[in-house]
Amino acid sequence: MQYLLLFISTVLVNNFVLSYFLGICPFIGVSDRISSAIGLGLATTFVMTMTAAVSWFINHKILIAFNVPFLQYVSFILVIASLVQLVEMFVRKTSPPLYRALGIFLPLITTNCAILGLALLSALRDYGFLQSVVFGIGAGVGFTMALVIMAGIREQLELADVPVNLRGAGITLITASLLALSFMGFQGLIKG
Amino acid sequence: MAKTPTPLGKEFTKGLWAQNPILKQVLGMCPTLAVTNSAVNAFAMGLATSFVLLMSSTLVGLVRKMVPSQVRIAVYVVIIAGFVTIADYFLRAQFPDISRALGPFVPLIVVNCVILGRQEAFTSRNPVGRSIVDAAGMGVGFTLALIVMGSVRELLGNGSVFGVTLLPQVFERWTIMLLPPGAFLALGVLIGTSNLIAARRQRRAPAAQ
Repeated sequence: MQYLLLFISTVLVNNFVLSYFLGICPFIGVSDRISSAIGLGLATTFVMTMTAAVSWFINHKILIAFNVPFLQYVSFILVIASLVQLVEMFVRKTSPPLYRALGIFLPLITTNCAILGLALLSALRDYGFLQSVVFGIGAGVGFTMALVIMAGIREQLELADVPVNLRGAGITLITASLLALSFMGFQGLIKG
Repeated sequence: MAKTPTPLGKEFTKGLWAQNPILKQVLGMCPTLAVTNSAVNAFAMGLATSFVLLMSSTLVGLVRKMVPSQVRIAVYVVIIAGFVTIADYFLRAQFPDISRALGPFVPLIVVNCVILGRQEAFTSRNPVGRSIVDAAGMGVGFTLALIVMGSVRELLGNGSVFGVTLLPQVFERWTIMLLPPGAFLALGVLIGTSNLIAARRQRRAPAAQ
Protein backbone atom coordinates (compact mmCIF):
# COMPACT_ATOMS: atom_id res chain seq x y z
CA MET A 1 0.00 0.00 0.00
CA GLN A 2 2.80 2.35 0.97
CA TYR A 3 4.56 1.62 -2.32
CA LEU A 4 1.40 2.14 -4.33
CA LEU A 5 0.93 5.50 -2.63
CA LEU A 6 4.52 6.48 -3.40
CA PHE A 7 4.08 5.42 -7.02
CA ILE A 8 0.87 7.38 -7.56
CA SER A 9 2.18 10.46 -5.80
CA THR A 10 5.34 10.41 -7.94
CA VAL A 11 3.44 9.95 -11.19
CA LEU A 12 0.55 12.36 -10.68
CA VAL A 13 0.93 14.68 -7.70
CA ASN A 14 4.65 15.36 -7.67
CA ASN A 15 5.22 14.84 -11.36
CA PHE A 16 8.93 15.26 -12.09
CA VAL A 17 8.45 17.55 -15.06
CA LEU A 18 5.43 19.57 -14.07
CA SER A 19 6.01 20.16 -10.39
CA TYR A 20 9.71 19.52 -9.74
CA PHE A 21 10.92 21.05 -13.03
CA LEU A 22 13.29 18.19 -13.71
CA GLY A 23 14.00 17.10 -17.26
CA ILE A 24 12.72 20.29 -18.86
CA CYS A 25 15.28 20.26 -21.68
CA PRO A 26 14.02 17.06 -23.35
CA PHE A 27 10.48 18.08 -22.41
CA ILE A 28 10.84 21.19 -24.58
CA GLY A 29 13.21 19.72 -27.15
CA VAL A 30 11.86 16.27 -28.01
CA SER A 31 8.15 16.80 -27.49
CA ASP A 32 7.11 17.64 -31.03
CA ARG A 33 6.21 14.09 -32.20
CA ILE A 34 4.29 11.49 -30.22
CA SER A 35 6.40 8.60 -31.53
CA SER A 36 9.72 10.12 -30.47
CA ALA A 37 8.20 11.17 -27.16
CA ILE A 38 7.27 7.56 -26.43
CA GLY A 39 10.74 6.34 -27.43
CA LEU A 40 12.52 8.82 -25.22
CA GLY A 41 10.09 8.23 -22.38
CA LEU A 42 10.65 4.46 -22.40
CA ALA A 43 14.43 4.77 -22.57
CA THR A 44 14.40 7.29 -19.72
CA THR A 45 12.13 5.15 -17.56
CA PHE A 46 14.49 2.23 -18.01
CA VAL A 47 17.59 4.23 -17.11
CA MET A 48 15.78 5.83 -14.17
CA THR A 49 14.84 2.48 -12.67
CA MET A 50 18.40 1.19 -13.05
CA THR A 51 19.86 4.40 -11.64
CA ALA A 52 17.59 4.28 -8.62
CA ALA A 53 18.77 0.76 -7.82
CA VAL A 54 22.48 1.25 -8.50
CA SER A 55 22.80 4.65 -6.85
CA TRP A 56 21.14 3.28 -3.73
CA PHE A 57 23.88 0.66 -3.45
CA ILE A 58 26.63 3.20 -4.14
CA ASN A 59 25.22 5.65 -1.61
CA HIS A 60 24.58 3.21 1.21
CA LYS A 61 27.25 0.57 0.73
CA ILE A 62 30.15 2.76 -0.40
CA LEU A 63 29.68 6.47 0.28
CA ILE A 64 28.05 6.21 3.69
CA ALA A 65 29.97 3.09 4.72
CA PHE A 66 33.33 4.77 4.03
CA ASN A 67 32.15 8.22 5.17
CA VAL A 68 32.90 10.07 1.95
CA PRO A 69 29.55 11.81 1.24
CA PHE A 70 31.28 14.70 -0.56
CA LEU A 71 31.94 12.34 -3.46
CA GLN A 72 28.19 11.93 -3.93
CA TYR A 73 27.72 14.20 -6.95
CA VAL A 74 30.82 13.01 -8.77
CA SER A 75 30.01 9.34 -8.26
CA PHE A 76 26.31 9.68 -9.13
CA ILE A 77 27.01 11.41 -12.41
CA LEU A 78 29.64 8.79 -13.27
CA VAL A 79 27.17 6.01 -12.45
CA ILE A 80 24.57 7.56 -14.72
CA ALA A 81 26.99 8.14 -17.59
CA SER A 82 28.34 4.60 -17.47
CA LEU A 83 24.85 3.14 -17.02
CA VAL A 84 23.63 4.90 -20.13
CA GLN A 85 26.67 3.60 -22.00
CA LEU A 86 26.05 0.05 -20.77
CA VAL A 87 22.36 0.17 -21.64
CA GLU A 88 23.25 1.40 -25.09
CA MET A 89 25.74 -1.43 -25.70
CA PHE A 90 23.40 -4.03 -24.24
CA VAL A 91 20.42 -2.95 -26.34
CA ARG A 92 22.56 -2.81 -29.48
CA LYS A 93 23.72 -6.42 -29.02
CA THR A 94 20.46 -7.97 -27.88
CA SER A 95 17.74 -6.16 -29.75
CA PRO A 96 18.71 -4.29 -32.92
CA PRO A 97 15.12 -3.15 -33.67
CA LEU A 98 14.79 -1.62 -30.21
CA TYR A 99 18.21 -0.06 -30.64
CA ARG A 100 17.15 1.52 -33.90
CA ALA A 101 14.05 2.88 -32.22
CA LEU A 102 15.78 4.22 -29.12
CA GLY A 103 19.30 4.70 -30.45
CA ILE A 104 19.41 8.44 -30.88
CA PHE A 105 17.76 9.13 -27.55
CA LEU A 106 20.05 7.07 -25.37
CA PRO A 107 23.10 9.39 -25.25
CA LEU A 108 20.81 12.36 -24.56
CA ILE A 109 19.67 10.80 -21.32
CA THR A 110 22.98 11.41 -19.51
CA THR A 111 22.38 15.15 -19.44
CA ASN A 112 18.75 14.79 -18.39
CA CYS A 113 18.63 16.39 -14.97
CA ALA A 114 15.65 14.25 -13.99
CA ILE A 115 17.97 11.24 -13.63
CA LEU A 116 20.49 12.91 -11.35
CA GLY A 117 17.59 14.60 -9.56
CA LEU A 118 16.08 11.20 -8.90
CA ALA A 119 19.30 9.84 -7.42
CA LEU A 120 19.76 12.95 -5.26
CA LEU A 121 16.15 13.10 -4.09
CA SER A 122 16.04 9.47 -3.03
CA ALA A 123 19.32 9.92 -1.17
CA LEU A 124 17.99 13.10 0.44
CA ARG A 125 14.75 11.46 1.56
CA ASP A 126 16.55 8.41 2.85
CA TYR A 127 14.46 5.93 0.87
CA GLY A 128 14.99 2.22 1.37
CA PHE A 129 16.02 0.04 -1.56
CA LEU A 130 12.52 -0.93 -2.67
CA GLN A 131 11.22 2.58 -2.15
CA SER A 132 14.00 3.94 -4.36
CA VAL A 133 13.14 1.52 -7.14
CA VAL A 134 9.41 2.34 -6.96
CA PHE A 135 10.30 6.03 -6.91
CA GLY A 136 12.44 5.48 -10.03
CA ILE A 137 9.70 3.68 -11.93
CA GLY A 138 7.13 6.28 -10.90
CA ALA A 139 9.37 9.14 -11.98
CA GLY A 140 9.92 7.47 -15.35
CA VAL A 141 6.23 6.83 -15.93
CA GLY A 142 5.38 10.39 -14.92
CA PHE A 143 8.03 11.78 -17.24
CA THR A 144 6.79 9.65 -20.15
CA MET A 145 3.21 10.69 -19.52
CA ALA A 146 4.01 14.41 -19.42
CA LEU A 147 6.13 14.08 -22.57
CA VAL A 148 3.46 12.20 -24.52
CA ILE A 149 0.65 14.57 -23.50
CA MET A 150 2.81 17.52 -24.47
CA ALA A 151 3.69 15.96 -27.83
CA GLY A 152 0.00 15.37 -28.52
CA ILE A 153 -0.82 19.00 -27.80
CA ARG A 154 2.06 20.27 -29.89
CA GLU A 155 1.01 18.21 -32.89
CA GLN A 156 -2.33 20.01 -32.72
CA LEU A 157 -0.64 23.33 -32.07
CA GLU A 158 1.08 23.20 -35.43
CA LEU A 159 -2.27 23.90 -37.05
CA ALA A 160 -2.93 26.89 -34.81
CA ASP A 161 -2.12 30.48 -35.63
CA VAL A 162 0.48 31.35 -32.99
CA PRO A 163 1.91 34.91 -32.75
CA VAL A 164 5.31 34.99 -34.49
CA ASN A 165 7.33 35.95 -31.44
CA LEU A 166 5.87 33.19 -29.29
CA ARG A 167 6.59 30.40 -31.75
CA GLY A 168 8.89 27.64 -30.50
CA ALA A 169 9.91 27.77 -26.87
CA GLY A 170 7.49 30.54 -25.89
CA ILE A 171 4.24 28.81 -26.75
CA THR A 172 5.57 25.46 -25.52
CA LEU A 173 6.21 26.93 -22.09
CA ILE A 174 2.81 28.57 -21.94
CA THR A 175 1.21 25.25 -22.90
CA ALA A 176 3.25 23.58 -20.18
CA SER A 177 1.91 26.16 -17.76
CA LEU A 178 -1.67 25.15 -18.52
CA LEU A 179 -0.71 21.48 -18.26
CA ALA A 180 0.90 22.08 -14.87
CA LEU A 181 -2.23 23.91 -13.79
CA SER A 182 -4.39 20.94 -14.63
CA PHE A 183 -1.99 18.55 -12.88
CA MET A 184 -2.41 20.63 -9.74
CA GLY A 185 -5.90 19.18 -9.65
CA PHE A 186 -4.37 15.88 -8.52
CA GLN A 187 -3.01 17.49 -5.39
CA GLY A 188 -5.96 16.55 -3.20
CA LEU A 189 -5.50 12.91 -4.19
CA ILE A 190 -2.86 11.95 -1.64
CA LYS A 191 -2.88 14.15 1.42
CA GLY A 192 -6.65 14.43 1.58
CA MET B 1 45.17 30.74 -33.84
CA ALA B 2 42.29 33.20 -33.78
CA LYS B 3 40.85 33.27 -37.27
CA THR B 4 38.26 35.93 -36.69
CA PRO B 5 39.46 37.91 -33.71
CA THR B 6 36.40 39.24 -31.94
CA PRO B 7 37.13 42.05 -29.49
CA LEU B 8 37.16 40.77 -25.93
CA GLY B 9 34.44 43.21 -24.90
CA LYS B 10 32.10 41.67 -27.44
CA GLU B 11 32.97 38.18 -26.20
CA PHE B 12 31.62 39.32 -22.84
CA THR B 13 28.52 41.22 -23.94
CA LYS B 14 27.22 38.52 -26.29
CA GLY B 15 26.30 36.48 -23.20
CA LEU B 16 24.14 39.34 -21.93
CA TRP B 17 21.76 39.60 -24.83
CA ALA B 18 22.61 38.26 -28.29
CA GLN B 19 23.37 34.75 -27.02
CA ASN B 20 21.77 34.93 -23.59
CA PRO B 21 21.76 31.34 -22.33
CA ILE B 22 18.16 31.44 -21.13
CA LEU B 23 16.39 33.78 -23.52
CA LYS B 24 18.17 32.93 -26.76
CA GLN B 25 19.75 29.51 -26.40
CA VAL B 26 16.96 28.16 -24.18
CA LEU B 27 19.45 26.23 -22.04
CA GLY B 28 19.42 25.55 -18.31
CA MET B 29 15.65 25.56 -18.04
CA CYS B 30 15.31 23.44 -14.91
CA PRO B 31 16.89 25.84 -12.40
CA THR B 32 15.36 28.80 -14.22
CA LEU B 33 11.90 27.48 -13.54
CA ALA B 34 12.44 25.90 -10.17
CA VAL B 35 14.25 28.45 -8.05
CA THR B 36 12.84 31.73 -9.35
CA ASN B 37 9.93 31.98 -6.90
CA SER B 38 11.78 34.82 -5.19
CA ALA B 39 14.39 37.27 -6.39
CA VAL B 40 16.84 36.31 -3.63
CA ASN B 41 16.77 32.62 -4.54
CA ALA B 42 17.18 33.48 -8.20
CA PHE B 43 20.16 35.69 -7.42
CA ALA B 44 21.84 33.02 -5.27
CA MET B 45 21.29 30.38 -7.94
CA GLY B 46 22.69 32.71 -10.60
CA LEU B 47 25.80 33.38 -8.54
CA ALA B 48 26.38 29.69 -7.78
CA THR B 49 26.01 28.75 -11.44
CA SER B 50 28.27 31.60 -12.55
CA PHE B 51 30.94 30.51 -10.08
CA VAL B 52 30.87 26.93 -11.35
CA LEU B 53 30.85 28.10 -14.96
CA LEU B 54 33.79 30.46 -14.46
CA MET B 55 35.91 27.96 -12.53
CA SER B 56 35.19 25.06 -14.89
CA SER B 57 35.90 27.17 -17.95
CA THR B 58 39.23 28.20 -16.43
CA LEU B 59 40.26 24.67 -15.53
CA VAL B 60 39.00 23.11 -18.75
CA GLY B 61 40.77 25.84 -20.69
CA LEU B 62 44.02 24.99 -18.92
CA VAL B 63 43.85 21.22 -19.41
CA ARG B 64 42.08 21.03 -22.75
CA LYS B 65 45.23 20.20 -24.74
CA MET B 66 46.10 17.32 -22.40
CA VAL B 67 42.71 15.61 -22.59
CA PRO B 68 42.15 13.10 -25.40
CA SER B 69 39.02 14.07 -27.27
CA GLN B 70 37.33 10.66 -26.76
CA VAL B 71 37.05 11.12 -23.01
CA ARG B 72 36.66 14.90 -22.92
CA ILE B 73 32.98 14.91 -21.94
CA ALA B 74 33.65 12.64 -18.96
CA VAL B 75 36.56 14.85 -17.88
CA TYR B 76 34.45 18.00 -18.19
CA VAL B 77 31.65 16.47 -16.15
CA VAL B 78 33.99 15.42 -13.36
CA ILE B 79 35.56 18.90 -13.26
CA ILE B 80 32.12 20.52 -13.12
CA ALA B 81 30.92 18.11 -10.44
CA GLY B 82 33.97 18.96 -8.34
CA PHE B 83 33.26 22.69 -8.42
CA VAL B 84 29.57 22.11 -7.77
CA THR B 85 30.48 20.20 -4.61
CA ILE B 86 32.58 23.17 -3.49
CA ALA B 87 29.75 25.62 -4.19
CA ASP B 88 27.21 23.43 -2.42
CA TYR B 89 29.29 22.96 0.72
CA PHE B 90 30.04 26.68 0.80
CA LEU B 91 26.35 27.59 0.59
CA ARG B 92 25.45 25.02 3.24
CA ALA B 93 28.02 26.43 5.64
CA GLN B 94 27.53 30.15 5.03
CA PHE B 95 23.90 30.54 3.92
CA PRO B 96 21.97 27.56 5.32
CA ASP B 97 18.56 29.21 4.64
CA ILE B 98 19.25 29.79 0.97
CA SER B 99 20.80 26.35 0.67
CA ARG B 100 17.63 24.80 2.08
CA ALA B 101 15.41 26.85 -0.23
CA LEU B 102 17.36 25.80 -3.31
CA GLY B 103 17.31 22.16 -2.21
CA PRO B 104 18.55 19.63 -4.77
CA PHE B 105 18.95 22.32 -7.41
CA VAL B 106 22.43 23.25 -6.25
CA PRO B 107 23.84 19.77 -6.92
CA LEU B 108 21.82 19.74 -10.13
CA ILE B 109 24.08 22.48 -11.51
CA VAL B 110 26.23 19.50 -12.54
CA VAL B 111 23.81 18.69 -15.34
CA ASN B 112 22.96 22.29 -16.20
CA CYS B 113 23.39 22.25 -19.95
CA VAL B 114 24.63 25.86 -20.00
CA ILE B 115 27.86 24.83 -18.32
CA LEU B 116 28.64 21.68 -20.27
CA GLY B 117 27.45 23.43 -23.42
CA ARG B 118 29.94 26.29 -22.96
CA GLN B 119 32.81 23.86 -22.36
CA GLU B 120 31.99 21.91 -25.49
CA ALA B 121 31.09 24.83 -27.74
CA PHE B 122 33.60 27.44 -26.63
CA THR B 123 36.28 26.55 -24.10
CA SER B 124 37.42 23.40 -25.89
CA ARG B 125 38.50 25.40 -28.95
CA ASN B 126 39.54 28.80 -27.58
CA PRO B 127 42.44 30.11 -25.47
CA VAL B 128 41.99 30.30 -21.69
CA GLY B 129 41.71 34.09 -21.41
CA ARG B 130 38.97 34.28 -23.99
CA SER B 131 37.10 31.38 -22.38
CA ILE B 132 37.12 33.11 -19.02
CA VAL B 133 35.65 36.26 -20.54
CA ASP B 134 33.04 34.18 -22.36
CA ALA B 135 32.14 32.32 -19.16
CA ALA B 136 31.86 35.59 -17.22
CA GLY B 137 29.50 37.02 -19.84
CA MET B 138 27.36 33.91 -19.91
CA GLY B 139 27.27 33.80 -16.11
CA VAL B 140 26.15 37.43 -15.84
CA GLY B 141 23.55 36.93 -18.59
CA PHE B 142 22.21 33.83 -16.86
CA THR B 143 22.05 35.59 -13.49
CA LEU B 144 20.31 38.66 -14.95
CA ALA B 145 17.65 36.58 -16.70
CA LEU B 146 17.11 34.63 -13.48
CA ILE B 147 16.73 37.83 -11.44
CA VAL B 148 14.20 39.22 -13.91
CA MET B 149 12.21 35.98 -13.67
CA GLY B 150 12.44 35.94 -9.87
CA SER B 151 11.47 39.60 -9.52
CA VAL B 152 8.44 39.31 -11.79
CA ARG B 153 7.18 36.19 -10.02
CA GLU B 154 7.82 37.58 -6.55
CA LEU B 155 6.20 40.91 -7.40
CA LEU B 156 3.03 39.37 -8.79
CA GLY B 157 2.85 36.46 -6.37
CA ASN B 158 3.91 38.14 -3.14
CA GLY B 159 3.86 41.87 -3.86
CA SER B 160 7.57 42.27 -3.11
CA VAL B 161 11.00 42.23 -4.76
CA PHE B 162 14.06 40.99 -2.82
CA GLY B 163 11.79 40.79 0.24
CA VAL B 164 10.83 44.50 0.07
CA THR B 165 7.07 44.93 -0.20
CA LEU B 166 6.25 47.17 -3.15
CA LEU B 167 2.58 46.64 -3.88
CA PRO B 168 -0.13 47.83 -1.46
CA GLN B 169 -2.34 45.25 0.24
CA VAL B 170 -5.20 46.29 -2.06
CA PHE B 171 -3.46 44.38 -4.82
CA GLU B 172 -4.74 40.79 -4.83
CA ARG B 173 -1.67 38.50 -4.67
CA TRP B 174 -1.42 36.10 -7.61
CA THR B 175 -0.34 33.10 -5.56
CA ILE B 176 -0.36 31.01 -8.72
CA MET B 177 2.78 32.86 -9.89
CA LEU B 178 4.74 31.24 -7.07
CA LEU B 179 3.53 27.76 -8.02
CA PRO B 180 4.78 25.62 -10.93
CA PRO B 181 2.26 26.88 -13.56
CA GLY B 182 3.32 30.47 -12.88
CA ALA B 183 6.94 29.55 -13.54
CA PHE B 184 6.18 28.11 -16.97
CA LEU B 185 3.93 31.04 -17.84
CA ALA B 186 6.46 33.68 -16.74
CA LEU B 187 9.28 32.10 -18.71
CA GLY B 188 7.14 31.65 -21.83
CA VAL B 189 6.05 35.28 -21.77
CA LEU B 190 9.61 36.42 -21.02
CA ILE B 191 11.03 34.56 -24.02
CA GLY B 192 8.22 35.89 -26.20
CA THR B 193 8.92 39.44 -25.03
CA SER B 194 12.63 39.16 -25.69
CA ASN B 195 11.89 37.86 -29.20
CA LEU B 196 9.58 40.82 -29.72
CA ILE B 197 12.26 43.30 -28.62
CA ALA B 198 14.86 41.63 -30.83
CA ALA B 199 12.51 41.71 -33.82
CA ARG B 200 11.73 45.41 -33.23
CA ARG B 201 15.42 46.25 -33.07
CA GLN B 202 16.17 44.42 -36.26
CA ARG B 203 13.37 46.16 -38.10
CA ARG B 204 14.57 49.56 -36.92
CA ALA B 205 18.16 49.02 -38.04
CA PRO B 206 18.10 46.81 -41.11
CA ALA B 207 20.93 48.64 -42.85
CA ALA B 208 23.33 48.41 -39.93
CA GLN B 209 23.90 44.68 -40.34
